[in-house]
Amino acid sequence: MDKAFLKGSGETLATLQRGQKAVISAIDSTDPLVQRLMTLGLVEGAEVERASSAIGGDPLEFRLFGSGISLRQEQARHFAVAKVSAAD
Amino acid sequence: MASSRQSEVRIAADSIPVSGRVDATLAVVGTPNSGKSTLFNRLTGLKQRIGNYPGVTVERHIGTLKVDDRSFDLIDLPGTHGLSAHSLEEHIAVDVIFGRMEGTNAPDGILAVVDSTNLYQGLFLARQLVELELPVVVALTLTDAAEMAGIAIDTDALSEALGGVPVINVVATTGAGIESLRKAIAKLPDDAVPQPASIWPELEQSVDRLVAEAPEKTRKSEIARLIIDGLSAPDDLLMGRLGITDHAAMMGLRERLFGTEPPLACEARIRYAWVRETLNAVQRRVQPMATWRSRLTDFFNQPVPGTIGLFVVMAVVFQAVFAWATPIMDLIDEATLALGSLVTANMGEGAIASLISDGVIAGVGSVIIFLPQIVILFLFIILLEDSGYLARAAYLLDRAMRMVGLSGQSIIPMISSFACAVPGIMATRVIPNRRDRIATILAAPFMTCSARLPVYALLIAAFVPQQRVGILNLQGLVLFGLYLFGIAAGVLTALLMRQTALRGPKPPFALMLPEFRRPNLQTVAIQLLGRVKVFLYRAGTVIFAVAVVVWVLAYYPRSGEAEIYAEQQRETVEQTLSGEALELALADIENTAAARQMEQSYLGRIGRFVEPAFKPLGWDWRVSSAVIAGFPAREVVVAVLGTVYAVGDEADDATLSARLRSATWPDGSPVFTLPMVLGLLIFYACCLQCAATLAVIYRETNSWRWPVFAWCYMTAIGYTGALIAFQLGS
Repeated sequence: MDKAFLKGSGETLATLQRGQKAVISAIDSTDPLVQRLMTLGLVEGAEVERASSAIGGDPLEFRLFGSGISLRQEQARHFAVAKVSAAD
Repeated sequence: MASSRQSEVRIAADSIPVSGRVDATLAVVGTPNSGKSTLFNRLTGLKQRIGNYPGVTVERHIGTLKVDDRSFDLIDLPGTHGLSAHSLEEHIAVDVIFGRMEGTNAPDGILAVVDSTNLYQGLFLARQLVELELPVVVALTLTDAAEMAGIAIDTDALSEALGGVPVINVVATTGAGIESLRKAIAKLPDDAVPQPASIWPELEQSVDRLVAEAPEKTRKSEIARLIIDGLSAPDDLLMGRLGITDHAAMMGLRERLFGTEPPLACEARIRYAWVRETLNAVQRRVQPMATWRSRLTDFFNQPVPGTIGLFVVMAVVFQAVFAWATPIMDLIDEATLALGSLVTANMGEGAIASLISDGVIAGVGSVIIFLPQIVILFLFIILLEDSGYLARAAYLLDRAMRMVGLSGQSIIPMISSFACAVPGIMATRVIPNRRDRIATILAAPFMTCSARLPVYALLIAAFVPQQRVGILNLQGLVLFGLYLFGIAAGVLTALLMRQTALRGPKPPFALMLPEFRRPNLQTVAIQLLGRVKVFLYRAGTVIFAVAVVVWVLAYYPRSGEAEIYAEQQRETVEQTLSGEALELALADIENTAAARQMEQSYLGRIGRFVEPAFKPLGWDWRVSSAVIAGFPAREVVVAVLGTVYAVGDEADDATLSARLRSATWPDGSPVFTLPMVLGLLIFYACCLQCAATLAVIYRETNSWRWPVFAWCYMTAIGYTGALIAFQLGS
């Protein structure tokens, strides 16, 4: 598995801009909370859209198959993504 | 399948007696916000029994559904995203589903509630449910909202994908589809177990092998969960049933199946791959209509409008809890006093009359006086929960709460505690992390609850000058300062606890943010009724008992001498005075007699006994007695001060204030100096003088450790604060 994103390079859920869509490409699943997020549907191949954030840019809100899901920056970094559209 | 079995009548508190036999027990399972409770209420109406699961505080809702001549028990389980539990509520749901919950029948079938606007997560759970080897009916809820969102679902294809289970479209709010659902439920116990196509052959083969070797009959789904979720303590029992004694064998099996990947991650990948494939087959998206919901959601999705909106919502809730409730509370207060006077007038003096008017009526009054605020608070919380806003509030405030070591989910308990810590602490149940939850429970009682207000109001009115500071009123400023002080103390407590006894990883945070939704009136009403009942039962009984105990301490023993003296005085004034002057004199004699009785009552004696301990704070025995009386319920302090300062326990604040200002030590120096009053206010802001809160902390943490700790900790802080204020100021 490509784990380059672990070293801070490459796109992750945390680097997406508002309105950008991306497909999750790899996940660092060691953190139990990340596993929890995976059982909520954030798995490889899922298409995600960055929707919003709270004041200060954390936590982040994403749209996942039409539903809103929020996670913190520190968890969002564990999900590497491949962009499918540019920001509006 | 058990065709009939004796239904459970375990929880006596507020459960309606059950008519006896039910034909089957069905578990209602769905993801949070799937419209599960609305559907449950639609199906069972008011035929519900609300109790608690043993040992925990999660409410158990069981309702009866009658179809033709058959009767079913429906268990409304807490919402869960899957069968691998993370929070207390999810554990309950999973234990009930597997029939492991003591005192609750193992379900004979499952009513799976799937939100059709969120099939993605709904199917993940539904897939796990059809693997349970139990008959399943799927109710597709919110189909009206799905239509608006441009989602079309092929129910036949969905039924096939889920192994042939009936799939029924319903709109719980309007009742559409409910009749078909009732018919499907009636057939459920005779339905075949669904046979979904295999998606994880390796796991299934291992499970089959274990089942074949097991000495006791064990369900495949339970073994699969054991393999995936790992070996926590209760699983040792299951291992025994399976005849596996060797943890190493299990570890080996897990390694073969999952390699180095976490099992949960493997499960999520495999199941969601199936979910996406199924979605492609059963769901078609057409152009959605722009709804008021999506527009509203979009607007509040922006960080700044979202945060402003949050403060507006909080301001409205505060305004409602304090302003709307006040007239009703005043009415209740007056009614209680009038009823008490009526008893005194008709029954005369004596222990029984006093017990009824000052013990029982005052006790009941002190319970129901909280009801208007509690009802309004619960109403708003339920409305916010049901409309999907609560999750958004937690999301918006997460960052601020994280600075004190908590998460956004702690915000609702904190806000609720401004009305009363009891519902606040009850609201901590949704917090999945135990350390986080306990830190919130310990911080909540510091919030300025409404029982603290009368004491604040009295002392501020008496000792803080009426003057303006700029455009602000000094008295108001002091009150505001006390609110801030409470918040600061709570926040520091949470911070301190998270750094010491409750040290641990940062509280996790992952929230589903549902779209805004119009709350359903029936659901709101049923939930409101249930929560008010629980409050009355939990807090009401304690507050009432405390009122009676305090009455006993303040009434006994009676001093004959004081009564004889008062009688002589009365005769004297009756001969010399008449009219209004006589009435005033009689009232004065009565109040003085009451003060004398109080002085030598158990309470007065305790006050004198503890006076040395409180003397460094500048308190005399009178203040000490009032404080002692206030330990089980802080709201009685004003009444005790009224009695002990001989102005009667019903005196208005102005009379009592004047008396407090003139109270002196034996040497003539005033008792109520500014530093002493400041200390007293600090003491009140900190101390956990509320038996109902202690009881609820005990129930929610299931241990005496935390209430005892909270009491000692808060008393120590209050005492120290008052000591510093008095010693530095004097």
